[in-house]
Amino acid sequence: MRKLKNNIMTVVLASALIICIIPLFLVIGHLIKNGLSSISLNFFVNNPKPFGEEGGGMLNAMVGSLMTVGLAGLIGIPFGLMAGIFLVEYRHHRFAGFIRLLTEVMQGLPSIVVGIVAYAAIVLNMGHFSAFAGGIALAIMMFPIVTRSTEEVLLLVPLTLKEASLALGAPRWRTTFTIMVRTALGGIVGGILSSIARVAGETAPLLFTAFGNRFFSTNFMKPVSTMTLQIYDYARTPYASLHQQAWAAALVLVFFVFINSLLAKFLAKRLSGRR
Amino acid sequence: MKKNFSIDHLYLSILYFFGFSILLLTFIVFYELLSSSTLSIKTFSWSFLLRNKWDPIREIYSSLPFIIGTISTSFLAVGISSFLSIGSALFLTEYLKGQFSSFLSSLIDILAAIPSVVYGLWGLFVLVPFIRNIQTFLFRYLGFIPIFNSQPYGFGIMSAMVILSIMILPYAIAMIRSVIEMVPSDLKEAAYALGATKWDVMRQVVLPYVRSGIFAGIGLSLGRALGETMAVTMVIGNRNDIPRTLFDPANTLASVIANEFNEASSSLHMASLVYLALILFIITFLVNLAMRSILKRYSLEKRR
Amino acid sequence: MKKSILAIVAVILALSFGWTACNKSSTGDGSKAQLEEAKELMGSGATFPAPLYQKYFDVYKQEKGVEVNYQGIGSGGGINQLIEKIIDFGGTDAPMSSSELEKAGSAVLHIPACLGAVVITYNLPDNPKLQLNSELIANIFMGNITQWSDPAIQAMNPGIALPDQNILPVYRSDGSGTTYTFTDYLTKANTLWKDNMGTGKSLDWPKGIGSKGNDGVAGTVSITPHSIGYVELIYAYQNNLPYAIIQNKSGNFIEPTLESVSAAANVDLPDDLIVSLTDTDAPDGYPICTFSWLITYQEKNDGTRTLAQARATANMLWWVVTEGQSYNEELKYGRLAPSAVEKAKALIKSMTYDGKPILK
Repeated sequence: MRKLKNNIMTVVLASALIICIIPLFLVIGHLIKNGLSSISLNFFVNNPKPFGEEGGGMLNAMVGSLMTVGLAGLIGIPFGLMAGIFLVEYRHHRFAGFIRLLTEVMQGLPSIVVGIVAYAAIVLNMGHFSAFAGGIALAIMMFPIVTRSTEEVLLLVPLTLKEASLALGAPRWRTTFTIMVRTALGGIVGGILSSIARVAGETAPLLFTAFGNRFFSTNFMKPVSTMTLQIYDYARTPYASLHQQAWAAALVLVFFVFINSLLAKFLAKRLSGRR
Repeated sequence: MKKNFSIDHLYLSILYFFGFSILLLTFIVFYELLSSSTLSIKTFSWSFLLRNKWDPIREIYSSLPFIIGTISTSFLAVGISSFLSIGSALFLTEYLKGQFSSFLSSLIDILAAIPSVVYGLWGLFVLVPFIRNIQTFLFRYLGFIPIFNSQPYGFGIMSAMVILSIMILPYAIAMIRSVIEMVPSDLKEAAYALGATKWDVMRQVVLPYVRSGIFAGIGLSLGRALGETMAVTMVIGNRNDIPRTLFDPANTLASVIANEFNEASSSLHMASLVYLALILFIITFLVNLAMRSILKRYSLEKRR
Repeated sequence: MKKSILAIVAVILALSFGWTACNKSSTGDGSKAQLEEAKELMGSGATFPAPLYQKYFDVYKQEKGVEVNYQGIGSGGGINQLIEKIIDFGGTDAPMSSSELEKAGSAVLHIPACLGAVVITYNLPDNPKLQLNSELIANIFMGNITQWSDPAIQAMNPGIALPDQNILPVYRSDGSGTTYTFTDYLTKANTLWKDNMGTGKSLDWPKGIGSKGNDGVAGTVSITPHSIGYVELIYAYQNNLPYAIIQNKSGNFIEPTLESVSAAANVDLPDDLIVSLTDTDAPDGYPICTFSWLITYQEKNDGTRTLAQARATANMLWWVVTEGQSYNEELKYGRLAPSAVEKAKALIKSMTYDGKPILK
C-alpha cells in the first residue's frame, strides 16, 4: 500500500517537473519559429523606418541597450563589488547583518518603481529624458544583485586561505583583494555577468527614463531606444512587419542572455582557484 | 607596519561607505516616492485606498481596483505555481541525481533569464488566443458559474495569472531546492534504514524540516509576482476597474503605472500614479522583508 | 587590481560629468550665427498623425539635416510634456482645455498639420462593410448593445450575416485626442451619450479593454475576434482592417475618404485655427473628422529653450504647413486648404523669442 502511494507520488512529482519545463519549450520554440525568419542583415544595420515601410532594423536599439547597460555596469559593478566585500569583512557586525537583509529586500524592488524613482531624481531635474537616466535606473537594479552574488561567492573561499594570509602579516585589504577576490574571481565575474544579463532584459525602468528614440543616437544626454523598449512598442502595433522585428529582437535578446549564462558558468569554473 | 594599518583603516572606512550606500539608496527610493506623491496623498489620503474609482477626467483617483488586480493575479499565480514548484524541487533534488539533475535545473534557470517583455510578446500572440479559446469554451458550457460569467476576451486576469505563474516558477524552484538540500542526510538515512519508502521520507522527514523555508520561498515568489510589470501589462487588458470574474480585464499597480505615467494629463494624475508606486513599494518591501527574515532565521538555525 | 578599477571608474565618471557640462554649454550658446538653428528637436503627443509625422521627420532630416524625435504617447501626454517644458512641441488632436491653457502659463499656438478621420474598425469574419450611425455606435460602446446579431445593427445592415457573438469594445487606455474627437462626435450626435459619457481624452468606459495608442487599438482589434474599436483611418487601412460607413447629420451614409474629410473641413476657420469638425453639416462630409495640431509656446524663451531651438521649431512648423503638406494625401490624411495654410503661417510668424519675432 505504501509502495503504491510511493510510486504514484513519484509520477506526480515527475509530472510537476515536466509541466514546469513545458512553458520553456513553448516560449523558446515560438521565439525561434517567429524570430529566426525575421532576422536579416537589415535588422542589424538599419534604423527604424516610418510605419508601414519595409526594411527597418534595430541598430539604434542595440546601441541603446549597450549604452544603458554599459553605464549601469560602470556604476553598479563597483558599488556592488565593494558592498559585497563590505558584507564579508564586517560579517559579524550587526550593522552588516542589517545591510544584508536590506540588500536582499531591495533585490525585490519592482522595476517600475525603480523607473519612477529615476524619473523623479534625474529626468525631472535634468528637464528631459536621457540614456543617462536609463543607465542610472538600471544601475539601481544591478547594485543589490551584484552585492549579494559577490558576498556569496566570497564566503565560499576557505577560511584557511584568509587566515594564512593574515598570519603572514598581510594587511586586510591585501588579503581580501589579492587572495580572496582572486580565488573567487570566477564566481564574482559570473555573478556580474548574470546581473548584466538580467538588466539588459529590463524594460519598465527605461519607460520613463531612456524613453525611446526612433533615430540613431550615441549621446547619453538624449533619449535612447533599447531592444526591450522596441519589442514593447512593436508588439502593440498592428503591423506584421513590426511584429516580426519584435520576435527577432526577442530572439537576439534571449540568445544574448543564454550566451551570458554559459559564459558565466564557464568562467566560474575556469577562474576559480587560480593563484 | 603602521602604514599598513592606516591603509587598512582607510580601506575599512571605504567599505563601510559602500555598505552604507544600500541604506542610502533605500532612503532615496522612499524619499522620491513620497515627495512626488505628496499632492495626491494630501488630496485623497485614506480614501485613496478604499474607493473604486480611477477617473482622469473628473480627477478622482483611488487604488482599490489596482490593489485587487495585483493581489488577485499574484495570489492566483502563486496558487498555481506553488504545488508545481514544490513538486519539481523535490523531484530535482531527491529523485534525480548528478548530471541530469543539474542539466534540468539549468533549463529551469533559463526560464528565469527570459526577459519579462519577451514573455509579454509570447503572451500577447500565443497565450492570449489560447486562453481565449479556453474561455469561450468555459463561458459557453460553464458560464453559470460566477467566475466564468463574462466575455471571453482572452486578455485579462486569467492570462495574467498564467503568465505570472510561469515566470515565478524558476524562482520558487530555486529557493525551495536550496532549502531542501540543507536537510541533513543522516535524518533521511535513518528513515530509509527503518524501511520508509521514498515518499514516506519526503512526507515525514524532508517536508516538515523545510516547511518554513518552503513558505518563505513561495512568499518570495509572491513578492516577485506583485512587482512584475511588462508581461502583465501586455496581457491584462488595461481596464481600470475591479475585476469580478476570472475572465475580466483589469490592471495591476505596476501595469497601470506603465500605461499611464508618460501621458499623465495633470499633476494630480501623476502624483496619484506615484502614490500607487509608493503603495506597491511598501507592499513588496514588507513581503520581501518578512520572507527573507524567515529564511534567515531558518538557515541560521539549521546550519551546523 | 581593484584599486585600479576604482581609479578608472572615477576617471570615467569625471569625464562623463565634464562631457555633460560641455554639452549643456554648447546648446546654450545660440548667439553666434544669427540664423543658426538647433540640430535636434523633441516632440511627443498624438498617435493619430504619428505615421504622417514619421514620414515628415524622416524627409526633414534628409533635406534639412535636423533630427526631430517625435514619440507617440497620446495627446494628453504631449500636452502635459509641453506644459512641463520637456519638449519643443507637442502633437494633439484635442485642443487644449482652459485648465490646461491656464497651467501652461503663457499662450500656446495650435498649428494644424493635417486632417484625419476617426474610423470605426472591427474584426468580423469576411470583413463585411458595415453601416452604422451615432445611436448604434454610442450604444455599442456604452454596453447597451451586446451582440453583433442585435436587431438594431442587423436592420441597418440588411444584406450582411452578423454572427451571434458578444461585441468586444476596445478603447484607448491613454489620454487620447482620438478619443476626444470620437466622443466629441457622439456627444453632439447622441443625447444618451451626452448625458452619460461626455467628451474627453480619457473616459470612464463601462465596458471593454484598453490599449495604448492608435496602434495599440488597431493591434488589439486585429488579433481579437468580434472586437470593435476607433482609430485613425491609416491604421485600419494599412492593416487591411475593415471600417464602417457612417450616417452623417444629413442622413447620408459616408465612407471616410480624402474627399469626405475635406468636405467636412470646408468651414470658416477662426484665426487661432482651433475648431471642431465633428458631426459636420456638410451633406457629403464624413462625421468624425478632426484637425491634428502641433502645439508650441508662442513666446519661446521660457528658461528651457534656446534661440536656436526656437528657430528650428519655427522652421520645422513652417515646412510642415507648406512643403510637408505634399506628403499628406499619400498617407490618407487631408491637406490643409490654402486659407488654413495662410492662417497657420500667420500664427508661426507670431512666434517670438524674448519678444522678438523668430521668423522674418
